[in-house]
Amino acid sequence: MNDRLRTSLGTSLRPLLRWETGLALVVVVIGIAGASVSSEFFTSNNIFNLGLSYGEIAIMTLPMTLIVISGEIDLSVASILGMSSALLGYLWARHWPMLGIFVLLAVVGLAAGAINGLLITRLGLPSLAVTIGTLAVYRGIATILLGPNTVANFPTAYTNLGVNAVPFTGNDITYSTAIFIVLAIVFGVVLHATPFGRSVYAMGASTEAAQFAGIRVKRIKTVLFMTSGLVCALAGVLLTFRLNTAVQNNGLGLELYVVAIVLLGGVSIFGGKGSIIGVVLGVLAFAGIQNALFLTNFNQEAAGIVTGALLLLSVFGRNAASFSSRLRAWLPAGRRGRGPDSPVGEPPPTAITPT
Amino acid sequence: MSTTVVSRSERPPAPAGTGTRRLTERVFRIRESGIIVVLAVFVAVTASIQPRFLNITNIQFILVNTTVFALLALGETMVVISRNYDLSVGSVLGLSAYLSASLFGQHHGIPIVVVFLTGLGIGLACGMLNGIMVAAGRVPSLVVTLATLYIFRGIDILIVGGKEVVANSLPAAFLNIPKATVFGIPDLAIAIAVVIAIGAYYLRSFRSGRELYAMGSNPEAARLAGIAVGRRVFMAFTVSGAIAGVAGVLWAAQYGTIDSTAGTGYELQVISAVVVGGVAIFGGSGSAVGAALGALLLNTISSALYVLGISPFWDQAIWGFLLLLAIALDRFISVRLTAALRVRGARHE
Repeated sequence: MNDRLRTSLGTSLRPLLRWETGLALVVVVIGIAGASVSSEFFTSNNIFNLGLSYGEIAIMTLPMTLIVISGEIDLSVASILGMSSALLGYLWARHWPMLGIFVLLAVVGLAAGAINGLLITRLGLPSLAVTIGTLAVYRGIATILLGPNTVANFPTAYTNLGVNAVPFTGNDITYSTAIFIVLAIVFGVVLHATPFGRSVYAMGASTEAAQFAGIRVKRIKTVLFMTSGLVCALAGVLLTFRLNTAVQNNGLGLELYVVAIVLLGGVSIFGGKGSIIGVVLGVLAFAGIQNALFLTNFNQEAAGIVTGALLLLSVFGRNAASFSSRLRAWLPAGRRGRGPDSPVGEPPPTAITPT
Repeated sequence: MSTTVVSRSERPPAPAGTGTRRLTERVFRIRESGIIVVLAVFVAVTASIQPRFLNITNIQFILVNTTVFALLALGETMVVISRNYDLSVGSVLGLSAYLSASLFGQHHGIPIVVVFLTGLGIGLACGMLNGIMVAAGRVPSLVVTLATLYIFRGIDILIVGGKEVVANSLPAAFLNIPKATVFGIPDLAIAIAVVIAIGAYYLRSFRSGRELYAMGSNPEAARLAGIAVGRRVFMAFTVSGAIAGVAGVLWAAQYGTIDSTAGTGYELQVISAVVVGGVAIFGGSGSAVGAALGALLLNTISSALYVLGISPFWDQAIWGFLLLLAIALDRFISVRLTAALRVRGARHE
């Protein structure tokens, strides 16, 4: 009876203890704090600006979520964005029709992702190293294309997409926000409600087990990287139109922000765990904090301190209890009377402890 | 029956062990000489097109430019060998560069040694913070150092604000550190080469150095073998931080002008140099000398492109391509090595 009560309590309470729930609370707290430090926080003008500032980053977090859950990482996202932006400028300056450019950018994005995916899955190279390499290569292509030049004479019809609101939504929703919302729903459904999504979790939890279960791990991972390439090319177009500028260093360094948000959203760096709703909350928390600090005239660039702290919280929050006991055991005080190489915190050499 | 026993006792398993080690060491040496060959080819081709490349001033320039990266690569090598990553090196460098160099403006006539010790201290503190979180928290170092990358840089930005340290606030003796030479070789390059040699010797021959390799090749086995994994990880991060701190002071001496962007983006460049130098990205193999050669190669390429009049905009694409080539090559070597070791192991059964 008692046990049954406890299990039923456990099952009903467990969802409340999930990382996403905590993160939702954090978002609420940020909202309240933001509203109390500045009356502008919840105005539609500010929400619109939030969408402008973080739209492209937010869009790139979605394919990254799937890639990290599958057990890989893609550090080349911001370089694909930059390459797409540079190519857009390069071709526009050479009088290509805009539609033709869009088609080519989609192909280039897919190809960039395919190169990542094939190097990782077919040659068996670690994604961390491969995408650091392609980060340099794709950014290098952007710099080769544009050099020190800037292309800024895009037609107003297109740059309006970057700075105007979507019609019939009041003045709140930018095109990038709208695209993020649509893509978040699509990615959420694919990840959480299709066999494809389940297999992404499966390969993240154990590649071998997934392979034995008949999941085409290599093909799916390649598809994920290609999706990422395509989405990042789109983000590059949005960024270019928003700034009305194509330069070789557009979006430089954004990859680490994208990874930070995904991890903040509760996705495990080892793969197999995470959710789209968590990452969406991560985006809100990240953008909310940066924005609240901006409205309080805190040095905007130093806002990284708060992002970093949240990131630490996201990894430590989950194993706080075991951390404090290990820290106690590991600190020098516990070393008394022991040999120099047998700290208390480590299991004795002969003990075989599953970890 | 008895003959088998005799032949086994005549050939105890020890030679198998040393043979294995000899083979792996030879492969490492081949891998390192591979970088030297690539480097030599690059220098030869560039020099044949543009002899000015072998100009003593240009060589000195390349060597001095490499020192900061080679130092950072040494610290990163220790961390990567143990299957961890330190992404915060660029931010630590920036923090240390500004704080230490600004001492000259605040306290006139402060000894240069004190400034270097300050940089070392800042780096140590940052490295220990990383180390304690990774070791005691047992959380992935990629996440921890990604977070401290932002935190250290944020602290730097808060301290610096819009200010900057300018070269004429720095004493001439400090700015001359990268310029001094012995027989045409920059003093700084010699000093760094010695430091790297010590680091390489430590990793190759000391017990705690070998333990880093053990942890990198199989963390679980290393723990079960009684290696103090936590303490070794802590040590690796502390050393990496301390080195980044000193590199920050050298960076300040080299550039003279320091604002809050010093060292931005260095983390990925340093990891590239380490990987091009033959350190496996998932730990367990590679050497400090290789990593330093990797840093030298990347810097030489930049300089060669410049001398050849090729736009520096080609730089990044080329080193990215080189990195991809290096990891593909390493993969190929490790597959072949594993096969060779299996054959050897079978022969000694």
